[in-house]
Order: sequence, then C-alpha cells, then structure tokens
Amino acid sequence: MSISQMIEFVAVVVIFLGSVMSVISAFGIIRLPDVYTRSHAATKSSTVAVLLSLSGAFIYFWVSEDFISVRLILGILFVFLTAPVSGHLLTRAAYRSKVKLTENSSDDALKEVLFPEDK
Amino acid sequence: MPAQFLLNLFIAFLWTTLQDEDELKMTTFFSGFIVGIFIIFLMHRFFGTQFYLRRLLSIIKLLFIFISELAQSSLLISKQILNPHWDLKPGIFTYKTELKGDWEITTLAMLLTLTPGSVVMEVNPEGDMFYIHAMDIEQSKADVMRSITKFEKAIMEVTR
Repeated sequence: MSISQMIEFVAVVVIFLGSVMSVISAFGIIRLPDVYTRSHAATKSSTVAVLLSLSGAFIYFWVSEDFISVRLILGILFVFLTAPVSGHLLTRAAYRSKVKLTENSSDDALKEVLFPEDK
Repeated sequence: MPAQFLLNLFIAFLWTTLQDEDELKMTTFFSGFIVGIFIIFLMHRFFGTQFYLRRLLSIIKLLFIFISELAQSSLLISKQILNPHWDLKPGIFTYKTELKGDWEITTLAMLLTLTPGSVVMEVNPEGDMFYIHAMDIEQSKADVMRSITKFEKAIMEVTR
C-alpha cells in the first residue's frame, strides 16, 4: 500500500465519520424534547458533520488528483460563520414567541428579563 | 512594530542575496522571511516592544483551542443524543463577560454556540450579559464555565 493510498483511506474514514455524525444529529433533531435542546444538535453535531465530510473531500482531492480546492475551504469557513448565527437566532425567536421549555428544565434566567409580567 | 517588519524584510533580502543564486527566486526570499521571523522572535525582547506576529500566534492558539473544544462538544452531544434514558435537566443561566466591543462579543458568542453544551440565546443590550441555554445544567455548567474563561482569555490575547 503506497502512501497516497493510505492517505486516501484516511480521507475515506474522515468522510465516513462525517456521515455518522450527521445521522446522529438528525436523530437528535427528532428525539430531543424541545426547540432549545434540538438547536444543540442542529448547531454542533451537524457543523462537525459538514466539517468532517468537506475536509475529507479536500484531503482526497489533494492526494489523488493533486488539486487543492479553495472552494471546499471556503465552504468550511462559511458553515462555521453561519451555523452558530442561525442557531442563536432560531432559539432567540423561539423564546420571544413564548415556546415553552421542556418539562424537566430546571433553571430559567431569561424569563424575568423578557417577560416580567408573567410571574 | 513596523520597525520589526522592516527588519524582517531586510533579513529576507540579505538571505536572498547571500544565497548567491543565478537568478532571483521568490521561494528563497520566502525562506529568508521565515528565518527572519525566527530571528526576530528570539530577539524581540531586546527591542522593548512586543513581537509583531504575536497577534497571529494568538489567533492560531485560539483556533486550536476551538477545534479541541468542538471535538469534545460533538462527542458529548452525540453521547447525550444516543443515551436511551434521556433524563437531563436543560436550563438557562447567565454569564457576565468582561469582553467589550462588537468583535469580541460576537466572537465569544459564536465560539460558545459551537462548543460544549451551550447555545447563546440572548445578549443584553449593553452587551455584557449572556443568556446561555445548557443541555444539562447541573452537570455541564462547570464545563461550560471553564471553556468560557478559556475562550475569554484567548480572545483577549488576540484583541488587546
């Protein structure tokens, strides 16, 4: 097995890990009880999934075709820039339109700030 | 600091000329520049000013902290998702940050959203209070606090 084949194998493993992560995050979006916990799954796991599969593709193209794809790097960069912002805005909008937290939530420091009249 | 950059360029120029090649090569100039970075890094305390690439170094450091935290958080999240008995206690807690300015606060909020068990839900208008939703407030609050202070320190090194 030559070096380039080994690195290709590494790239394949990285892409596989990425797809596993995206399956897990899809599970999370279905399984978790409310919007806020779902946004954890949506922001973190799926960012990691996209990161892993894009960097796997980057490594593969680099080794097998000697092609450094700047677009893949830009893709990673923009996912990192946009995923947290969208997660933040979704949870913020959900809280402001009074979506309830799940039942066994313990602490809610935001309530007295945003809705002081509901006490 | 511009003096250090000029000195670095000068070292690179000297390096290219002392190599005495048949033609002027850009790659030799760049390797000279890298050697110059090394020399200036070793000597910068004698100038009495800070190393001019310190900011770059601390950005790289921040990147590494971020990647390690991201790996930990995705492991934690997938463990929590796949746990068949889901009995965590989510909740919202506040954190008062010492960072100031749009850039620092935005960076901290983004990094926090991507790392262990926390999504920033709201920043107050003054921009110094974060409302953070945690997946499991009893267990992971300490972890979240630890990584917040780590990030804060690293961001301050970049911007100040």
